[in-house]
Amino acid sequence: MKKYTYTDKKDTRSGFGAGMAELGKTNPKVVALCADLVASLKLDDFIKENSDRFVQCGISEANMIGVSAGLAISGYIPYASTFANFGSGRVYDQIRQSVAYSNLNVKIAVSHAGLTLGEDGATHQILEDLAMMRALPGMTVINPCDYNQTKAATIALADHVGPAYLRFGRPVMPVFTPADQKFEIGKAWMVNEGKDVTIIATGHLVWEAIQAGEILEQEGIDAEIINIHTIKPLDEEAILKSVAKTGCVVTAEEHQLNGGLGEGVCQLLSRTTPLPVEMVGVNNSFGESGTPAQLMDKYGLNAASIVEKVKKVMSRK
Amino acid sequence: MKSTDELKQIVTQVRRDIVRMVHGAKSGHPGGSLGCADMVTTLYFSQMRINEAKGEDGFLEFSHSGDGEDMFFLSNGHISPLFYSVLARRGYFPIKELSTFRLLNSRLQGHPATHEGLPGIRVASGSLGQGLSVANGAALGKKMKGDDFLVYVLMGDGEQQEGQIWEAVQFAPNHQLDNLIAIVDWNLKQIDGPTDKVNNNRNIKSKYEAFGWLTVDLADGNDIDQVKDALIKAKELIGQGQPIAIMMHSEMGFGVDYMMHTHKWHGAAPNDEQLARALEQLPETLGDY
Repeated sequence: MKKYTYTDKKDTRSGFGAGMAELGKTNPKVVALCADLVASLKLDDFIKENSDRFVQCGISEANMIGVSAGLAISGYIPYASTFANFGSGRVYDQIRQSVAYSNLNVKIAVSHAGLTLGEDGATHQILEDLAMMRALPGMTVINPCDYNQTKAATIALADHVGPAYLRFGRPVMPVFTPADQKFEIGKAWMVNEGKDVTIIATGHLVWEAIQAGEILEQEGIDAEIINIHTIKPLDEEAILKSVAKTGCVVTAEEHQLNGGLGEGVCQLLSRTTPLPVEMVGVNNSFGESGTPAQLMDKYGLNAASIVEKVKKVMSRK
Repeated sequence: MKSTDELKQIVTQVRRDIVRMVHGAKSGHPGGSLGCADMVTTLYFSQMRINEAKGEDGFLEFSHSGDGEDMFFLSNGHISPLFYSVLARRGYFPIKELSTFRLLNSRLQGHPATHEGLPGIRVASGSLGQGLSVANGAALGKKMKGDDFLVYVLMGDGEQQEGQIWEAVQFAPNHQLDNLIAIVDWNLKQIDGPTDKVNNNRNIKSKYEAFGWLTVDLADGNDIDQVKDALIKAKELIGQGQPIAIMMHSEMGFGVDYMMHTHKWHGAAPNDEQLARALEQLPETLGDY
């Protein structure tokens, strides 16, 4: 098992803030929009240097999506930012018609996705957004795994023409990917090569998958771990290459089992190479209040759950 | 710039196109299309400054970004027959293409779309309440670029019942979008009946003013001279730090007697006999498609 260490823990939303600050310096077309959550989205640095390219929309997310569409028509690259709950379900129709169907170059950048939003509870813990966004034709959907990857994804999206949904979160997490990484949209990142099982993880679950890989190694199981940061378009080639070797899959995501990464992987495999799959995710329930760590444990989104599913899926081979 | 008489000729042909298109497709929305025909025709043929350059194919070169020209957004996308007729007659695409309205593989979708690449359209509309927000963004974009041209958006009055409209109405004055002219088609009718019975909008004008807009009254949106005057008045108000809204009183179905004074023709197609009656009232002025 390849060794992953970290010296720093940071939140992925700060990776977004750092990416925006960088884009503020390098790309004059980038405009940041926010719906009354500037501090939560870590936009202070961008705004300090580029106040003329920041649009405060207030608590009006639907209008923010439309304003972003208008700015994109005008040739700007708008990043519409808010909590994931308010940047997906609340404005689905606006995204669908004014952005996706109209194929406009709008980036929807959302924080506090999933259970790790924590104490605010289920009203704000969106666990269905990947399903909604995956379903939209032409929408690129990205869920990076740590600070560095989020920063790199934020920057890479400015050069990608077309609608995109960038999802990140609130809690501080280990920073384990390289600071100088090149982010390739739609390209899986091979975390660890192995032969017994393929673990496909996204977002905050990637670090858990690495922890699981270390536990499994001690038990003599050689896990291949793939980070899918781009949920759509899915890197089918990387997944198929891996399963040809391992013959079974565990997926892991901070999202409902319905409609998320796991379902995307299952769709691919059932079309091409039917084989056993187990999924780690939230099983048809809402979240609740608690600390991020407590919630990830209670809902089984952790290394222990991944280990358990690996054993189960290997027994089904 | 066209004279009033020339505009009348064009708008009569546009109305003729509308009823023929809806009849041909056996579906569509003639009521609002006919009611707004004078406004949209006057905008495109008289009051808007659009890029007049033509491509090798003889059609107007359409710039999606709208740099250096006025831009128009249709928020109440169901009046697409009007939009398509005006765009075709203005020279954006072949007039004969109007015959493909709502048919399979057409660029003239039921509601306006960019997806099939129809020149003249910058964003899809149809799901109501979204156009003012998009126009806000375009107006903001022009300000950020230092482009002094204007952004126009047309909305229905039933559409004012959508919550997003009021988010957008609040946003525009707060961002000093004084290059934005919104037109509300205040025809007092929607699919299910009179707006005051369905979900009373009450005084739309005073609501816009309370949010910080300047307003212009247009007592008869089916009188070309009055439409022109209202647009000229609205343009005199630009650059004062506030967005401008034209409150347009129009008659749904205007130009076809049996389609007027009722909400019934909001979204219904005439049969062959009804078409004949309509066309008797709308002489062919510029040649049918």
